[in-house]
Amino acid sequence: MSGATTHGTRPGSGVVRVTGELIATRRVGAYHHLTFVAPGLAELARPGQFVALAVGGPTSANLLRRCFSIHKVSPSGTYGGTVDVVVAAHGPGTTWITELRAHDEVDIVGPLGRAFPLPKEPVPCVLVGGGYGSAPLFWLAEALRDRGCHVEMVLGAATESKLFGVVEARRHADGVTVTTDDGSMGTRGWVSDVLPEVIRRTGAAVVYGCGPMGMLESITDVATAEGAVAQVAVEESMACGVGVCMTCVMPVVGKDGATRMVRSCVEGPVFRGDRVRWDAFSDGWCRVPDDAVGAPRAGGH
Amino acid sequence: MTLTSADTVAATTATSVDMSVDLAGRHLPSPMMTASGCAANGRELGRFFDVAELGAFVTKSVMADPRSGRGTPRMAETPSGMLNSIGLQGPGISAFVEHDLAWLKQAGARTLVSVAGGTSGEFADVAATLRASDAFDSVVGVEVNISCPNVANRGLVFACDPLASAKVIALVREQLPRDVPVFAKLTPDVTDIVSVAQACVKAGANGLTMINTLLGMVIDTDLLRPQVAGVTGGLSGPAVRPVAVRAVWQTRAAMLEGRLPYVPIIGVGGVRTGRDALELVAAGASAVQVGTATFNDPSAPVRVGRELAGLVQDKGFTRLADVVGIAHERLARA
Repeated sequence: MSGATTHGTRPGSGVVRVTGELIATRRVGAYHHLTFVAPGLAELARPGQFVALAVGGPTSANLLRRCFSIHKVSPSGTYGGTVDVVVAAHGPGTTWITELRAHDEVDIVGPLGRAFPLPKEPVPCVLVGGGYGSAPLFWLAEALRDRGCHVEMVLGAATESKLFGVVEARRHADGVTVTTDDGSMGTRGWVSDVLPEVIRRTGAAVVYGCGPMGMLESITDVATAEGAVAQVAVEESMACGVGVCMTCVMPVVGKDGATRMVRSCVEGPVFRGDRVRWDAFSDGWCRVPDDAVGAPRAGGH
Repeated sequence: MTLTSADTVAATTATSVDMSVDLAGRHLPSPMMTASGCAANGRELGRFFDVAELGAFVTKSVMADPRSGRGTPRMAETPSGMLNSIGLQGPGISAFVEHDLAWLKQAGARTLVSVAGGTSGEFADVAATLRASDAFDSVVGVEVNISCPNVANRGLVFACDPLASAKVIALVREQLPRDVPVFAKLTPDVTDIVSVAQACVKAGANGLTMINTLLGMVIDTDLLRPQVAGVTGGLSGPAVRPVAVRAVWQTRAAMLEGRLPYVPIIGVGGVRTGRDALELVAAGASAVQVGTATFNDPSAPVRVGRELAGLVQDKGFTRLADVVGIAHERLARA
């Protein structure tokens, strides 16, 4: 099998670590869409899971892995299994990834995290993506339609170049609504402006969302108000992606009703929206709610 | 990737070099360990390698009660390292022994349990609960984390004060059977690390782990505010390795000069490769922990061990023990 080596994982662990060869890279608006050969990963992955990429090569000064939700996988292509991700160049790590050229190699660990739960019945679903947060939703739409679900998508972004996958959405969904903050494409406004109407019209039972925290909170509010369940994939910054660094935690209510700071890389990234303590997030910080298990007493931790 | 060469080295050398370690009376087949707080409690890394392959698995510092840790953001990437501000998140000692230690035992791991406390009495309570647990026979030692920088009151970093350090160590030592060694984990953020080491050993520590993270801070220059919610954090990664080498060196030198009784040193700080581990060993470390590098390479703790074995053999040694502290014999003549 050319282009990739598998190493460093144990059978039955549900995760593989591969040196993946980049076989295709293209610009899509403000983003880069990359395809890596990653044998063994595609077979294990499900929509909503993510991959963790090491950046900068073996002597890199950037040690932390960069995590991306899986855009799609192909278990058996010409090159063996492949995995696709969508990357926005924000900092040195993501810039390094977007500057890779065909045949360059990247250390990839995945699939990681919990996938989007799929409904047992063929109920209507709405999939909402903010910016390139839409990346995992097309693959999810396919899985839902395979189960007989009616699927509509809502894609929103600040401006047209920051939308991802509008054409793909038309192919994967039964209906597509687009919003931009500046009105450069679709309806001027936010996804939460159009979402109530889409939920009502389709009779959606589940709303899936992926994008910035503020958007996921409003998706949850709208879905709850309309009587639908929200399943949201969060974008928390992670150092490792595999559950050992404890940096990607967020306050989530468990089945016992207690709030805990849980790792979004292993207990998420998909959470039921109404379980997330959105009240703890503001201004780029997330505090520990006072009623969380083991919350700091006076003086803090 | 780098693993290819390391794997090749391992295949040819793993059996011909004696990598075993006598660590304060406990025989370990390998010098390699995870570093506390960089490996969770076993299950997560168990997906990438067999935790029984390590000399010891070092758990995340556990306190008496469940603890949420701090808000987020909790980390910032720094040149060849990172700043973390977790705040000792953990399940509390009861849940730890029931779920985590029990899992490590059935996985065949030798466990070095890291304990922490807000008061010296809490350290002792944690040690007592640990001793009373069913899986205690899998514990090869207790590492006393008196040096976590992520506590609200900087005065609570026990390891900044020899007397406070000694009190904690003595109380923990009292709670544990004699054949379970106690290691004091020290901070390099002190004027004289040897004086803290002396106090710990005198109080009953059977060994020293050095170093913990260094207190640091990062400002977000877009928002012009601290980047981590806890304001300050612990700096780790290859950037701090020379500080670890220095701390191990100074402490080993004090032993050679008779200023400090001989106790084994576990070296930790910025180890990413076998070469890095060899540096700590040559400075005086009998065992080596791999921390932040695990975030980059989840199998780093075992990979580094294979690389280290290869290097020890390449240099003509048959036993790792013969390399411990060797750099002290090779000083420039004045």
